[in-house]
Amino acid sequence: MQWLIEPFAYEFFRTGLSVAVLSGALCGLLGVYIVLRGMSYIGHGLSHAIFGGAVVSYVMQWDFYVGAGLWGFLTAVLINQTVRRTRIGADAAIGVITTASFAVGVALISRYRRFTQSFDAALFGNILGVTWEQVGIVAAIALLVAVAILFLYKQLLFTTFDAEVAQVYGVRTQWVDTLFALSLAAAIIASMQVLGVTLIAAALVIPAITARLLTDSFGRMMVLSVGLGVLCGALGMYLSFYVDVASGATIVLLQATAFAVALVVSALRRQVGSRLAHVHID
Amino acid sequence: MRPLVEVRNVTFGYNAVPVLSDVSLHLHRGQFAGLVGPSGAGKTSLLKLVLGLLRPTRGAAVLEGERIDGRQSGRIGYVPQLETVDWNFPVTVEQVVLMGRVRRSGWGPWHSAADRREAREVLEQLEIGSLAARHIRALSGGQQQRVFLARALLSRPDLLVLDEPTSGVDMRTAETILHLLADLNRQGLTILMTTHDLNAAAAHVPWLVCLNRTVVAEGPPDQVFTEAILSETYRSEMAVVRHNGALLVHQRPHAHTLQEILPQPVLGHLVVEPVGGQNSPRPLAERVRYAVAD
Repeated sequence: MQWLIEPFAYEFFRTGLSVAVLSGALCGLLGVYIVLRGMSYIGHGLSHAIFGGAVVSYVMQWDFYVGAGLWGFLTAVLINQTVRRTRIGADAAIGVITTASFAVGVALISRYRRFTQSFDAALFGNILGVTWEQVGIVAAIALLVAVAILFLYKQLLFTTFDAEVAQVYGVRTQWVDTLFALSLAAAIIASMQVLGVTLIAAALVIPAITARLLTDSFGRMMVLSVGLGVLCGALGMYLSFYVDVASGATIVLLQATAFAVALVVSALRRQVGSRLAHVHID
Repeated sequence: MRPLVEVRNVTFGYNAVPVLSDVSLHLHRGQFAGLVGPSGAGKTSLLKLVLGLLRPTRGAAVLEGERIDGRQSGRIGYVPQLETVDWNFPVTVEQVVLMGRVRRSGWGPWHSAADRREAREVLEQLEIGSLAARHIRALSGGQQQRVFLARALLSRPDLLVLDEPTSGVDMRTAETILHLLADLNRQGLTILMTTHDLNAAAAHVPWLVCLNRTVVAEGPPDQVFTEAILSETYRSEMAVVRHNGALLVHQRPHAHTLQEILPQPVLGHLVVEPVGGQNSPRPLAERVRYAVAD
């Protein structure tokens, strides 16, 4: 058991593990709604958009969390409104708006070359640089998002299942969508330090889609997705520590392995199910 | 008496493409009305205007004197077309039905014991009580339709709106669904539905509205299902057969004689009589009603 305790001697591991577990839970929770809405690409797009916001915040000397968070939130709202008010599909809206936002960041970096180094961390994650203050912020974001999701559980479920019909039954779907966009932007910012812009999309989608393969129940899907996010976050940190590979990449590779296992399990389950059905008919 | 739903001179279009033009309609409490018309006639758009999902370009849709302006009151139970439902979504029958209570059940993930009890009662009433824990994909077409009907009923609506409730199900299931709707209507529920199934509508829906961008005619099936009205509604040659008090509507597929349209045993019992007004654009020989001899 020594291998479990040993890494805790290091401050960077303690803070890194805390953030990895918290952002794993957060991404797992929000990922359920993203996957079921068929918006898997939004995590990828929004993380890139927030990168643009982070660069703008740096240039304008705003607080990173406030500037990048607001930028991400406005981007998500803009995507929602573009889809609602025009004939443009979600995939195209995400593609145009988030890439333009990312381009703003790239343009600013090329203009002010002096801070290229720190934005490498934003792109690929830098778990070693996490402070306890940042852990506190991520914990607060995770708690707020969890409370919001719990509070709006029924409204979110109905809106995700069928937004138009939910509206008829009195759900304020626009408010629900706006709150969800805010939660997503916050979750991406919270996870940026661990995973980096390039890997957040995977952390949002893989645990949820893995859970979907294993269950037909919405509640169980949520628990499984959060559980997988937490487990892969923690195991990924240990692996990263012992194998000396980037933490973000290790976490995502573990999640991808879990997905592959779930794929095999669900295929086997289907096969057994259809055989049993044949036996029943015979 | 003030109607429950009033559609007042509504004109509507998508991006300048007109869909509905000057449509007026009244629906009183306890009425059971069906909207019929060809594809693209504006039936679903009219339903969505009543539901508050669309806003008219001109005119207004009104629910008991209150303008429906995009903010839903939760007083309407809506059963969408089954084709629009995501059957792979991880929800059980009970979870879908309880969505009908979303407005009244407050915040948080849990439903009250009273809500659950009432959901069970509605499921029992629709004879699908034993399916509560099943995934929605594992149901037959008729059962799926009942699940969405149960959700609408649980919301205790003043008006039940159904978009093509008989599409995608077999004849027997369609018949059962329409009987069920007739029963609910007898218990006092106001119903508005769209359908493509003219014969089923003639048999089960007491008030029909023929729509093709505008209201062509409305009234009981006996009065509106005439060759002249249906041909104008569908812009296609239609034949109406009356048999033992039942109405049968038939489209003329490239046929010009009765022998080509109807099977021999039916033809043997028919008398042909001229109908149609003086202003009908079609020749007299084609303006005939096919009535069954006593």
